[in-house]
Amino acid sequence: MSDVIDRPLPEAEAPAKNRLRIIDCDVHPSLHARSDLNPFLSKRWQQHMKTFGDHLRTPYIGTTPYPRSSPLIARRDAWPPTGGPPGSDLAFMRKQHLDPLDIEFGILQVLDMFIFSQQNLEFGAAIQRAVNEWQLAHWTSREPRLKAAILVGQDDTEAAVAEIDRCAKIGQYVQINVCPRANEPLGRRRYWPIFARAQELDLPLGIHVGGYGGHAPTGGGWPSYYVEEHQSNAHSVAAQLSSLVIEGVPERFPRLKIVFIEGGLGWIPATTWRMDQHFDRFRDEVPHLKRRPSEYVKEHFWFTTQPIDEPDEARHLRSLIEWVGVDRLLFSSDYPHWDFDDPRFAFKTPLTEAERARIFNGNARALYKL
Amino acid sequence: MARHIVARTTDIPPGGNKVVAVDGRDIVVFHVNGEFFALLNRCPHEGAPLDKAACVARLTSPEPGVYQRSRVGELLRCAWHGWEFDMRNGQSYFDPARVKIRTYPVVIEDGETLAKGPYVAETFPVHIEDSYVIVET
Amino acid sequence: MAATRIDCDIHPAVGGTRTTLLPYLDDHWKEQVVSRAIDGLDLTSYPPNMPLSGRADWRPANGKPGSDLAMVQRGAFDQLGASHAICNVLYGAQAVFDPYMAAAFCKAINDWIAAEWLARDPRLRASIVVPMQAPDLAIEEIERRAGDNRFVSVLVLAQGETLLGRRHYWPVYQVAEKHKLPIAIHAGSQYRMAPSSIGWPSYRYEYYLAEAQAFQAQVLSLIYEGVFLKFPGLKVVLMESGVSWLPAFMWRANKTWRGVRVEVPWIDREPAAIMRDHIRLTTQPFDAPPDAAGVADIIDMIGSDKMFLFASDYPHWQFDGDDAIPPHLPASLVSRMCADNPLETFPRLSLAA
Repeated sequence: MSDVIDRPLPEAEAPAKNRLRIIDCDVHPSLHARSDLNPFLSKRWQQHMKTFGDHLRTPYIGTTPYPRSSPLIARRDAWPPTGGPPGSDLAFMRKQHLDPLDIEFGILQVLDMFIFSQQNLEFGAAIQRAVNEWQLAHWTSREPRLKAAILVGQDDTEAAVAEIDRCAKIGQYVQINVCPRANEPLGRRRYWPIFARAQELDLPLGIHVGGYGGHAPTGGGWPSYYVEEHQSNAHSVAAQLSSLVIEGVPERFPRLKIVFIEGGLGWIPATTWRMDQHFDRFRDEVPHLKRRPSEYVKEHFWFTTQPIDEPDEARHLRSLIEWVGVDRLLFSSDYPHWDFDDPRFAFKTPLTEAERARIFNGNARALYKL
Repeated sequence: MARHIVARTTDIPPGGNKVVAVDGRDIVVFHVNGEFFALLNRCPHEGAPLDKAACVARLTSPEPGVYQRSRVGELLRCAWHGWEFDMRNGQSYFDPARVKIRTYPVVIEDGETLAKGPYVAETFPVHIEDSYVIVET
Repeated sequence: MAATRIDCDIHPAVGGTRTTLLPYLDDHWKEQVVSRAIDGLDLTSYPPNMPLSGRADWRPANGKPGSDLAMVQRGAFDQLGASHAICNVLYGAQAVFDPYMAAAFCKAINDWIAAEWLARDPRLRASIVVPMQAPDLAIEEIERRAGDNRFVSVLVLAQGETLLGRRHYWPVYQVAEKHKLPIAIHAGSQYRMAPSSIGWPSYRYEYYLAEAQAFQAQVLSLIYEGVFLKFPGLKVVLMESGVSWLPAFMWRANKTWRGVRVEVPWIDREPAAIMRDHIRLTTQPFDAPPDAAGVADIIDMIGSDKMFLFASDYPHWQFDGDDAIPPHLPASLVSRMCADNPLETFPRLSLAA
């Protein structure tokens, strides 16, 4: 009756005809292999990387005791056809992500090498420099849409500050990144020299979920399952928000801008309400706080949107967005991870044109000065 | 209802799939356990392509630590968020009534039958010794 | 006659091990406690002089807030209008490492509360304090109280030695289910590890905030380990946990489960549905949004009016004035949470004491 239609799937889709170009605040590039860092490491550290390797507070050398639900935590369609792990091939990243979604800018968040969690601090300092150089050499110098962040192991404050200064002179980085699973809560004073630098340089401080800080993923102990441990990421950022506010970091560094990346949004209102609720009763303990906690949250903190919340009722997502505040939101995809948010389909609630423009572009543009 | 010849059966090895464009839609055809299933190649969640889904057993459990497997290879775990769908009827595991993928009936016809008509293929050569996957949209 | 209003969370205070509890220790523990001066088990979570630990008008002239029965009666019943109240003793018997000492101290607390509180006021009920670190000893203590209908629940702290869903705790839940005792998880920490995934907080304020996440982790553990499958009659009450975090927590749990179900295939329905069936929360503190519309949204999002249990958290300072009910709750919810929900959650409340 009807003709056979059997033609191959089009090789590349035409770029989405969005009026709005997207700034994606969470893109994960990957190393092909650790040896990719060799050009940026001395012989000593090349050798160390090959032999002693990472020294992390976790039982395995090569994986996590909470196995993920897909290989390398990635989307199954994100493996480059030319080989290498998801996120390792710039050409494929362009083809699969940057071009079709019309990404105007993508902010790189490098998770490889566990920079923030290395127990051997000298090794950590060596690889953080290497990764910061690798970002420029392999990514941002080849693809102007991609922007690098200065990754620093926060637990060696001196080395962190030195690396921030080195990178700041180069001027190609849009953010300074530390980790929410650090030795101590990030609000603690030992980390303040990093915040001081970030404020001086007017670079946002990015905190991307993950890491091995040596503490159980929950205050009640170690969960058995990834399904629990994955959700504990939200707990870690909620706790960090509390720590930073209550220790007085925004009070002490009023121009510092702090970004929580890949923590999601849902936890923000209740954490803020809880801080405010109990502020009066604990006020005498924290006389250095001159304002109510919610005021600090509304002025000093930004939050990337992935993983977006998925309540059954669209109006509940709308309420959540309004509670957090449209101005605080930065769209992120988390490409190429499995719980990726597609900018076209992830927000299952209506947004006005103006709101879309801010969440998907304007807020990040202003924050990162793009 | 239109019937489209989309592939020779030998084009899709067991455990594999093929994506074909039919009537302006991308349809993914799976070959598993001796049968062929056709679904819209688009997850209802955020549009992920299902041809890269993991094809796994249907996994159920009456109690912690007990894993019951059935219909090995007929369950799809979407390539992105891992949502589980039954290849046979497109139903999601977590909300079979309301979240599903559009499925399409599939029949297998041999070349001899097709060559007799009325399925005259203008662009797809039909050989009588082969058998073919037909998707109905 | 006053309407039924069951206050699911008040805190009588133990003055001291060598004072309050001494009469309830056997000869061995009496000698240990006296000769080794073992005392002072007030939890780091609740230093008695901290403002939260006792509202100013609820502090006796002498002694810790909650240590004076008459004052507690005046506060919880006369002032705040409860008709009944469940006593949750937070003296840290569970937190000593020696399991036999912990068991002995827990037994002493339960004997004390029965003799000096429950016996003196028929409106009072109590949770059984147990040494969770030794599940067999915890079971012994539960069985010891099971025949006393005035004990209506089993008390554990929100931060113990390991997450509560773990298999080695299951025998405790089996016994609790058998005796229709819900597990009451109350805010407080045994400090076996950092009370937060990010490490050790500097301030008590910060610590208190982190408790909310600890409760959430416990809920996930209980659900995903399959405790409610194994013990379908079991209910778990979160006490002094905060409430407003619940909706987003439900959404995130559902979202994650949909994609990672293969890890826990015995969970064949959404975690939020399991929460609605098995988890209850006391309403102080609520940690509410500042406006009525926001509160209405939170209630709507939670999607079950059975989950709320009235509590004053007396003598902890969670609110000012005489009204322990958080503002902006709809009247229908208030009446459910004051009577129906507590009666359903703590079935032994309906039994003759």
